[in-house]
Amino acid sequence: MNRRDSLKFLGIGALSAATLVEGCKSPGKNPDSSKGDRAADAAQPGRLPNEIARDKKLNEEKFFNDHEMATITVLADIIIPKDAKSGSASDAKVPDFIEFIVKDMPEHQIPMRGGLRWLDMQSLNRYNQPFVALSNADQLEIVTAIAYPNKARPEMQQGVAFFNRMRDLTATGFFTSKMGIEDLGYVGNSPNVWNGVPEEILKQYGMEGV
Amino acid sequence: MNDIQIKKTTTPYDAIVVGSGAGGGMAGYILAHAGLKVLMLEAGPFFDPRTDSMQLKWPYESPRRGASTNTRNFGDFDGAFGGWDLEGEPYTTKDKTEFYWFRSRMLGGRTNHWGRISLRMGPNDFKGHHIDGLTDDWPITYEEVKPYYDRVDRMIGIYGTVENLPNEPDGIYLPPPKPRLNELFIKKGAEKAGVKVIPGRGSVLTQALPGNKDRGSCFFCGQCGRSCRVYGDFSSSSCLVIPAIKTGNLKVIPNAMVREVLTDANGLATGVSYISKDDMQEYQVSAKIVVLGASAGETARLLLNSKSAAHPGGLANSSGVVGKYLHDSTGSSAGGWLPQLLDRKRYNEDGVGSIHIYGPWMGDNKKLNFPRGYHIEFGGGMGMPGYGYGFGMQGMNGKVPGRDGKMKEAGGFGASLKDDYRRFYGTDFGMAGRGMAIAREDNYCEIDPNVVDKFGIPVLRFHYKWSNDEINQAKHMQETFQSIMHEMGAIYDPMEGPETNYGLEAPGRIIHEVGTVRMGDDPKKSALNKWCQAHDCKNLFVVDASPFVQQGDKNATWTILALAMRTSEYILEQRKKLNV
Repeated sequence: MNRRDSLKFLGIGALSAATLVEGCKSPGKNPDSSKGDRAADAAQPGRLPNEIARDKKLNEEKFFNDHEMATITVLADIIIPKDAKSGSASDAKVPDFIEFIVKDMPEHQIPMRGGLRWLDMQSLNRYNQPFVALSNADQLEIVTAIAYPNKARPEMQQGVAFFNRMRDLTATGFFTSKMGIEDLGYVGNSPNVWNGVPEEILKQYGMEGV
Repeated sequence: MNDIQIKKTTTPYDAIVVGSGAGGGMAGYILAHAGLKVLMLEAGPFFDPRTDSMQLKWPYESPRRGASTNTRNFGDFDGAFGGWDLEGEPYTTKDKTEFYWFRSRMLGGRTNHWGRISLRMGPNDFKGHHIDGLTDDWPITYEEVKPYYDRVDRMIGIYGTVENLPNEPDGIYLPPPKPRLNELFIKKGAEKAGVKVIPGRGSVLTQALPGNKDRGSCFFCGQCGRSCRVYGDFSSSSCLVIPAIKTGNLKVIPNAMVREVLTDANGLATGVSYISKDDMQEYQVSAKIVVLGASAGETARLLLNSKSAAHPGGLANSSGVVGKYLHDSTGSSAGGWLPQLLDRKRYNEDGVGSIHIYGPWMGDNKKLNFPRGYHIEFGGGMGMPGYGYGFGMQGMNGKVPGRDGKMKEAGGFGASLKDDYRRFYGTDFGMAGRGMAIAREDNYCEIDPNVVDKFGIPVLRFHYKWSNDEINQAKHMQETFQSIMHEMGAIYDPMEGPETNYGLEAPGRIIHEVGTVRMGDDPKKSALNKWCQAHDCKNLFVVDASPFVQQGDKNATWTILALAMRTSEYILEQRKKLNV
């Protein structure tokens, strides 16, 4: 089979990534594609029963309380705000991702829960209010004290460690969302023909002869 | 559970094949195509990439954004079920040594996991004793295996280039994918550092495979690791087992965990017993020939667990070598990023899911403090973001000036940080050495006398230590990586040092373990003859990586395929002569 046949096989006549992705991600919705004993779990072909059960169980559990979720949302939007190119972390549902991932990877749970409380204690000691209740300027003052590892004061190190984790989870949650991938400009995950680095790029980096 | 009974099937198959990975798949393919009635037993579920692949899913279609789980150790979209720890199926280690055993219980086995990097072992890998006396020779030469490598190339498809390098034999190639931009930087840097880099060698159909109408050509999504819906790369399921089923001669029983090879009073194999994971019942099936392709670990375990009056030390083990000479490839890696590529233009460079460029071993051991060598696998670029993307920005964005030309304070938040993720996207690269470890008698697996798995099958206990040879090799890898990255103009961390054995991965981590049922001409020193037929049991054959006497620095799969083809045809020949 040549490449054209490959694509036809995938159920698309034209080289259309959108159609292809649609065709591949939900074969279970097509009654013709579910056969025999796979019909029962046709919604998720190729996934083992324990995987489906695990995701279902995690989705039913709740780890962060409402106050913690509110704090995570404020922090996530401070880390990745809306700008001219794309929306904010909460626009991309990053807090929901963080809620899921700490249940999926329990090693995040204590650092996140404890870090959020550490942040609230800083806030209470400085301003007599929890972090979410502070003015934006006061929130940024605390965040600034923990967002720059090389110049943070020694007594803020636990806050730095927490903020590094929060920054990582926020960025990963955002840039793996549909909005974030579009912002980043990743244009793969679609059928194409790879013929090497485009000519003008080779020229730009002086790589023509390599 | 008081209704347990052993269900026996009396009609014998011509052959039973245990395992459906590269070796078992090839044996099933050859034997079924020759008209034998073959039963294949696979310890995990059926899997067909056509329907079961996670190919072309976006990270946000996984709640964990593609992160790994215990069920899929290489990510939520990875093709391979299984991993380092399987529920209810432990293994142990001895004398505080380390070994990690990756098992993928599913149709196709670990061919669902691998990087499709497809390398032939060279003449010195088969016959290396003359070099330094450290390794035992195989009973066969490269020239004897070459015709089978050639046929595997044509049958399955592989890309690469003819290079005429010493001990790095060329194959019959489809065109290789061109390097990505980061790989051009690597190539240029490596050449300045005196490290040879050639196009990669991988089993991906960069063009239609001549004569094959069942497999599609690659459409360059770079996701071979998820398994391919159009069968555009090599998986045992798509290329071997499913075509063999279509002959009508191969029956596959999934979820069948083989317990023991059964033998008669004369010591000949009569079949196997297994437990079905579907109904938890015990079964016995019989065959004229038993072919083991269960993996280096599982095949050794099966043989050692198959004790009888005729084979008191375990089947095919009168020599006592079964389980010994276990060896995995060495591995050590490094990576960094290219400040030259900040704010790079976007285009689709997914390419193929195997390596685009490859660094063969060209070193001279006379000038080195370790024997033999390693190759280097490279990669990098504008890949699909997944869990972990963007981690550690505080270690990057303070090292280069921002858009305004001024140095930035590392870390941060807000619009300026958000912009940094865009700027740094696609600047990263990585490189990994994969080297030859010397097969040693005292690196082994054996049956743990005290532990059984949830099926009541005694488990493996590993004893494995690296020597200074492997540690010095890893040091050399690290030094080589540093010099390449320096010449690339990259930003990178200092090299791994003695506290981590120079980044040398623990034994088993590279998932190239081989050597536990080695072949040889002397029945006192080997379990199998040069056709991978047991010295002690003429109707028992092994087709996985356990017969390897000594692995080269080349990844094992292509050699498994070639040897399994050779052994399967030997079986056909012996049947004709009525010897088995």
